[in-house]
Amino acid sequence: MRVPMSWLREMVDLPIEVTGREVADRLTAVGLEVESVSTVGGGVSGPLVIGRVESIEELTDFKKPIRVCRVDVGPTSGGVRGIVCGASNFAEGDLVVVALPGAVLPGDFTISARTTYGHVSDGMICSERELGLGDEHGGILVLASGAVGADAREATGVGEEILDIAVTPDRGYALSIRGVAREVATTYNVGFVDPGEALAPLPAPSAPSGQSAPQECGVDDASMCELFTVRLIRGFDPTAPTPEWMKRRLVACGMRPISLAVDVTNYVMLELGQPLHAFDAAKVRGRIRAGRAGDVGTLVTLDHVERALVPQDVVIRDDSGVIGLAGTMGGLDSEIDDSSTDIVLEAAWFVPEEVARTARRHRLSSEASRRFERGVDRVLAPYASARAAALLLEHGGGDYEGMTAWEAPYAPTVIAMAADLPARTAGMSIDRETTTTLLTRVGCTVVAGDVVAGNVVEGDLQVEVPPWRHDLTDPADLVEEVIRLVGYDQLPARLPMAPAGYGLTREQRLRRRAGMALAGLGIVDVLTYPFVGEADFDRLLLSDDDVRRRAPRLANPLSDEQPLLRTTLLPGLLGTARRNISRGFDDVALSEIGRVFLLREHQQPQGVTDPPRPGVDSRPSEADLAALEDLLPDQPFHAAAVLVGADEAKGWWGAGREFTWADAIEAGRVVAAALGVTLDVTRGNDAAFHPGRTASLVVDDVVVGHAGELHPRVIAAFDLPARTCALEMDLDAVMASAHAVTPAPVFGSQPLAKEDIALVVAESVAVADVEAAVRAGAGDLCEDVRLFDVYVGPQVPQGHRSLAFALRLRAPDRTLSAEEIHRVREAAVAEASRRHGAVLRGS
Amino acid sequence: MSAPNKSFDPVGVAALEAQAVDAMVADALTDIAAAVDLDQLKAARLAHAGDRSPLALANREIGALPPAAKAEAGKRMGDARGQVRLALDARGEVLETERDTRVLVEESVDVTLPTRRRSVGARHPLTTLMERMADVFVAMGYEIAEGPEAEAEWFNFDALNVPPDHPARTMQDTFFVGGESSGVVLRTQTSPIQLRAMLQRELPIYVVAPGRVFRTDELDATHTPVFHQIEGLAIDEGITMADLKGTLEHLAAAMFGPGVQVRLRPSYFPFTEPSAELDLECFVCRGASVTDPNSPCRTCSSEGWIEWGGCGMVNPRVLMAAGIDTDRYSGFAFGMGVERTLMFRHGVTDMRDMVEGDLRFTSAFGIEV
Repeated sequence: MRVPMSWLREMVDLPIEVTGREVADRLTAVGLEVESVSTVGGGVSGPLVIGRVESIEELTDFKKPIRVCRVDVGPTSGGVRGIVCGASNFAEGDLVVVALPGAVLPGDFTISARTTYGHVSDGMICSERELGLGDEHGGILVLASGAVGADAREATGVGEEILDIAVTPDRGYALSIRGVAREVATTYNVGFVDPGEALAPLPAPSAPSGQSAPQECGVDDASMCELFTVRLIRGFDPTAPTPEWMKRRLVACGMRPISLAVDVTNYVMLELGQPLHAFDAAKVRGRIRAGRAGDVGTLVTLDHVERALVPQDVVIRDDSGVIGLAGTMGGLDSEIDDSSTDIVLEAAWFVPEEVARTARRHRLSSEASRRFERGVDRVLAPYASARAAALLLEHGGGDYEGMTAWEAPYAPTVIAMAADLPARTAGMSIDRETTTTLLTRVGCTVVAGDVVAGNVVEGDLQVEVPPWRHDLTDPADLVEEVIRLVGYDQLPARLPMAPAGYGLTREQRLRRRAGMALAGLGIVDVLTYPFVGEADFDRLLLSDDDVRRRAPRLANPLSDEQPLLRTTLLPGLLGTARRNISRGFDDVALSEIGRVFLLREHQQPQGVTDPPRPGVDSRPSEADLAALEDLLPDQPFHAAAVLVGADEAKGWWGAGREFTWADAIEAGRVVAAALGVTLDVTRGNDAAFHPGRTASLVVDDVVVGHAGELHPRVIAAFDLPARTCALEMDLDAVMASAHAVTPAPVFGSQPLAKEDIALVVAESVAVADVEAAVRAGAGDLCEDVRLFDVYVGPQVPQGHRSLAFALRLRAPDRTLSAEEIHRVREAAVAEASRRHGAVLRGS
Repeated sequence: MSAPNKSFDPVGVAALEAQAVDAMVADALTDIAAAVDLDQLKAARLAHAGDRSPLALANREIGALPPAAKAEAGKRMGDARGQVRLALDARGEVLETERDTRVLVEESVDVTLPTRRRSVGARHPLTTLMERMADVFVAMGYEIAEGPEAEAEWFNFDALNVPPDHPARTMQDTFFVGGESSGVVLRTQTSPIQLRAMLQRELPIYVVAPGRVFRTDELDATHTPVFHQIEGLAIDEGITMADLKGTLEHLAAAMFGPGVQVRLRPSYFPFTEPSAELDLECFVCRGASVTDPNSPCRTCSSEGWIEWGGCGMVNPRVLMAAGIDTDRYSGFAFGMGVERTLMFRHGVTDMRDMVEGDLRFTSAFGIEV
């Protein structure tokens, strides 16, 4: 809401020395945030006077018409001056704005006497744009009135300060000069003249020239409209201009002047906050009523958009049908135009939620709907329309034909509030007297509880809320009014004493550990957007029935290419890796820990159409809460990494080492280990990965993720270097297996025996399986088994390889004898032989 | 070698004469002193202290002396051999030190050669900053609450006193999951976690809830559709706005340094009443730039204050939706943008740096902010 200071001053007895900046600070401190204070024609300085064009000499020797004018700027400014001007929209005798030599115009443009087109130009005749008043540059600014030689600032509005206020949705009343002025008066504790308090004087309805008067009106549905008024003016001059001062204020408030009738409705809306609509009476058929569309149909609104109506839409209709969206925008067919002489002025109070719903349905937010949604003064309509009618009659003439109205009964809201509630809420002393005074100042009527009969608790206050404060419904609302006017800066500071807490949960701690573990591997964490598209799934080669295609879908995605929520972290990470490579990095190791979204079995991508909506007056039942949870997809935390290029750089020490599938698996193991979980690694199978270089990461026989080299076609689809490796694991699933309390290991200090065995097995047997067999065969005396060599070559049969394991053997209570060691060795070999046909090498 | 003397006859042994012994010692000392490295010293040791050295051979002759002369000769030989041994040890020490010094010098390398074979990992600063902010509260006894990112509209709006068609719903442009009437949104704020905490936890409740939130803004230097907030909630008997202010001052001090002031300005949030915008005293200029045009402040644009977040007293209607007795309990809530906090605290000037995943951005922060 843009608020010119001069308009405020009409309503508030503000000391003359108070600046816009000071008012802005005060308003901000009470909750009307002033985002900026600007000055109309900011950048204008020096002599700027009103002049009268005495004579015009047209020069025709140039490419464009040039005028040499003699302009009277008054005796104190040197009388009549010669001024050269390129515009031609003015005539001899017109009043114009003259910047005299020494004046500076916006853009640091200094005016001086100079010779141009062969004539001395002793000043400049200004356009609106040159003065910084607006974008109008069709010609120079011609004033309707003014005294020759007078300072032109007041007549042009140059120097006017404008406050731009960001009005919060609760304070609809502040979408008017009236509402802001009341706040200013309250904060300065000075007088305030409410322009909405008295009816503007209107002439008695004239005897119509054979026509029925006034315009009939009504309300078909009181659930959408509680007050509906129309006033009728006939014989209005549609060519009458809008007064300059009104135009200037409209422009200052950010509105475009259109015609007198439209400008007046906008002006009164800005002034009082009551949206008004002017119909051309000649285009209206019969009785004007507010109601619901009731039926499907269409309406072309003033913005020339044809809108399909739904039955619940709130509308204005006449006997011919719908002629406007109530409180949002009028219809094109009944619009005022430049030949309209009979005007129907509608002012009403529509139910906020109804206007909001209709406006939202039609994706149409207007100045009117913004105000109605936030709540217009419930009783203001007849006052505002009287004000508008008076302005129309004053500036456009015509005959006033009277008002008709329909009103539902109105009872102001009354709130009972404990008198000490403001103090208890603020944590400081605010007495009953202060509370009463401040509430009265915002427009409430406060009655002491013990004066009112009934069930009012003694000591309570009964507070009647003014009709423009729809936001005041609860005691807490009144408390805010009191404390904001006392001043939030007066609040003391205190630290509350929380009971002893239990710190982070296990999951929270483990998630941090997982992040640290990935960083410890030299991997850099990123946070990518969770939006993906079908194309991402295609690029990952996911089959049609892959569970990762069960992605929730957004109704209003930012990009049509990414309407889905991610079910895997890979697309985001791969895209981010690509971006880093594009920025010139060859070695890119990235990780992300974040939620993915997976539709549950009973859920569909489009969701349900009738979700549960428990009431909000009390705690919902457990069944209601469960029904709400049922709406939500699974959202487990995943951890993922992508590894591109070199793990170890080459350097003076020798060759580097490229990332391989093994690094991806190891990253998974390290993350799991950080959580205290041992991963089993088995040959894996995942669409996105290289079929021969993928591991399934297994915890307690459940596959929790995959790691290895990506599928070459996936790598190509994401435009990544060959052999790019990746890891993705379900962190929640891993954490589910983590020990709540880690059990201490048991180990002895008896001497260690080391034993190596080399087993020849078929290449098709996985190392992990052979190792497991060795471990099982070796039994409890074996504390560790480690593969230290793999041999393939002439010394082993075709299709076989030799796997060399180092065994560490130890008994808890004795030194192992040579015989015991031999037995363990035999048993290990035997088990590997039994399970996998392994043969001890060299035997 | 002379035969053992058992007859007590005085027999002279030339090698044991004082003069001869002195000459042997002198010889030995000369050779020892002349040894220039440990190898030469080893040869000198063999020559003068070895089993076949003149002194050792002479020593064996003591037996040939009559008993009366043995003692004197024994003492002379002991002294002589001791002298040689001492000289050997002393010279050995000198030569070993010399050798060690030389070897250590020879073995020296250029330690300024680059040592980094692997790059250093890092965690995203938004993550570490959220952890750090949360830990300030954990230290005060708060716990960390969590909730889903795809959230029921009821939690995100209805129960937070934002009924359908309330203008506040349009304040936050919302992503709808499924259809527009499916009842599921990407949470626009961390505030629904407040509700979940109230429904799940025993009173009193002191929690913070860091998390990711979503609004349909296009990405630019100051906006991102996916960002992070940290929410605080305290519900207890007798909680006041003074408690809110004190708590926020503590957080400000923890994040920006002791004594940084906070300012509350009346505002509107449906789920708090009274509500306030939370401003932070500019921790760079501490407000000095407001009155001193010669030292403008880039952090606060010379306003002296920085908008940090929103806060207020939990609206009793929200407490009611969670079934909390509003006559007995009151609470405060606050929330602030983590991106904004990172921008102020670390001078990040472009929001896009936080979302693009450039290695250089995360790496600069390491594993702690």
